Amino acid sequence: MTDSVTKSSVTTIYIPRDTTALAMGADLLATEIAAEAATRGETVEIIRNGSRGLFWLEPLVEVETASGRIAYGPVESKDIDSLFDQAFLTGETSHPLCQGLTEEIPYLKKQQRLTFARAGITDPVSLEHYQQLDGFNGLKKALQMDGQGIVDEVKTSGLRGRGGAAFPTGIKWQTVLDAKSTEARNGNQDQKYIVCNADEGDSGTFADRMVMEADPYMLIEGMTIAGLAAGADQGYIYLRSEYPVAHQILNEAIAKAEAAGFLGDNLLNSGKTFHLEVRLGAKAYICGEETSLLESLEGKRGMVRSKPPLPALVGLFGQPTIVNNVLSLAAIPYILSQGGQAYANYGMGRSLGTLPFQLAGNIKRGGLIELAFGVTLRELLEEYGGGTFSGQPMRAVQVGGPLCAYLPESQWDTPMEYESFQAIGAGLGHGGIVVFDNSVDMSEQARFSMEFCVAESCGKCTPCRIGSTRGVEVIDRIRNDDNRAANMELLEDLCETMIDGSLCAMGGMTPFPVQSAVKYFPEDFNQPKPAAKGSARS
Amino acid sequence: MTAVNEQLLPVVAEIVTGLKHKPGALLPILHEVQNRLGYIPPDAVPLIAESLNQSRADIHGVISFYHQFRTTAPGKHTVEVCRAEACQAMGARQLEAHAKTTLGVDYHGTTSDKNVTLEEVYCLGNCACSPSVRINDEIVGRVTPEKFDQLIDELRSQTLEVL
Repeated sequence: MTDSVTKSSVTTIYIPRDTTALAMGADLLATEIAAEAATRGETVEIIRNGSRGLFWLEPLVEVETASGRIAYGPVESKDIDSLFDQAFLTGETSHPLCQGLTEEIPYLKKQQRLTFARAGITDPVSLEHYQQLDGFNGLKKALQMDGQGIVDEVKTSGLRGRGGAAFPTGIKWQTVLDAKSTEARNGNQDQKYIVCNADEGDSGTFADRMVMEADPYMLIEGMTIAGLAAGADQGYIYLRSEYPVAHQILNEAIAKAEAAGFLGDNLLNSGKTFHLEVRLGAKAYICGEETSLLESLEGKRGMVRSKPPLPALVGLFGQPTIVNNVLSLAAIPYILSQGGQAYANYGMGRSLGTLPFQLAGNIKRGGLIELAFGVTLRELLEEYGGGTFSGQPMRAVQVGGPLCAYLPESQWDTPMEYESFQAIGAGLGHGGIVVFDNSVDMSEQARFSMEFCVAESCGKCTPCRIGSTRGVEVIDRIRNDDNRAANMELLEDLCETMIDGSLCAMGGMTPFPVQSAVKYFPEDFNQPKPAAKGSARS
Repeated sequence: MTAVNEQLLPVVAEIVTGLKHKPGALLPILHEVQNRLGYIPPDAVPLIAESLNQSRADIHGVISFYHQFRTTAPGKHTVEVCRAEACQAMGARQLEAHAKTTLGVDYHGTTSDKNVTLEEVYCLGNCACSPSVRINDEIVGRVTPEKFDQLIDELRSQTLEVL
């Protein structure tokens, strides 16, 4: 790993240090490629970049050539000899693992990457790489503006919170900008906070992780701009402990940014201050809910707070606080450097900009696909995903994480944007897409939704704490064919109670996957399947 | 109080002194204690409580709320199997059953040779190359039962080298 500019006599090889690349053997591969190059007397420089998000090709090895970066993947140890034999260092593309020029791979080329524009291209902790690709341009602009000017730009962008709730980011920022802290009301210095929700707990989501591992300075820059906008001089990244690689990279990046004056006192000699610290969660899904997260940051159990008051007014340590998801904050540098309107030119309806969709589960080509809102689920599943990993037909797709619905094939043509999904009783959540093939048992998935809620409920409200346990029991009785009709009715009643009576989205949304499983896959509950529209049933 | 725990308490005291000035210091303190000792000895609770001017019940309540914190010593290695949906879609249920059988323990259990503690985890963010397991700080993707056995064998042979 190095910050030095590429030397012409040396061949540069890129091997990612992203979690997925590492999980597929990238560290060992990097060591072995370096050793093989030394044995053969080749001079190579290996840069540990982030991932491009083409995860089915990881570890994706790229070689810098005169015509551009050429990709090979997925590379295993056994391929190293043949790669060198077939002169992969010189741009020879005959090797079977060769994917051609990286930028020309259709999966990548067809994307609209605004937030992920740098992902996989750079060494994530190189300040030089970051700045070569427009890094800190947004911050430099923000330093010339007042708080209101920055907030107005964010409003123009139409950005809505990418964590799942889709609340307009500009309005949230305005609320914090206008709020007075307890200290300020007492005539002391104003104290506000920026909190980044990096507790990406939804299965099938990894976009936050990719931001932190592939382009951490973008998040740092976004948070610093938020601090300038709201008048906050302290930020916290609340990171889940399940992400050890992101933790390492964020800490490296923060230390380097501080040393270079992009963080800390007197930001870029502006007289402004912003400090940033990473705090680790401790394996609690509920801490992705913003008020639980704040409790956890304060050193308490992650129990949901009643709203109001909003965290924007009474947030961390009782002070006005911006709580935003990683992706929301990561969109900010682009919005400031290119202007809010440039961002708002993407998308449809009231869903503006892009969403990084994450294809996961039983899928042939899983990975990250950043596109403007409005693409259909089917396009993502078929054109990008290429069908299932198992080769069996797809049966159900869960979009938006464990609190969102399972969608049957009849719904896959719905445009991926907030209002269209709401209209079919589904949610986009954080953009995660988990594919199941026809071996899935949907009553088992419904049971798991309730079981997950039992394990992860904070326990504050009864419908969530007790309802989920009862939910597991009722589904077990249905699966055991015990008084089925009555128990199906009871399950529906229980779901309604949880939806209406829970304090937060954990208990309030757990029934959505359950209800969708019952509604669209009744045969898995040994219920008759309703006749499809236009069917030949007489 | 056991003799072993008495030896650990100076470590806890040092950690608390170093971190208690932080706003919301409790989680960073608990993480550091567990990082250094492998678990949070129950005897550490009064010490932490006093330093933070909180009740013992408060500290215990936090420790027991989070899945990560443990109050007994784990095995030499911690193996976490992902139970979340993306991994389920790729055979995590079978992998879980295999892991429990192979190791002869349930979740939160430690093998009789004290080598491996088995834990569950809900999402490691490696959902495009599932099913996944985490072994200490290393995440491994596309784990089949055969690959799982191989990973466990590697852990066992590492222990032999140390001995």
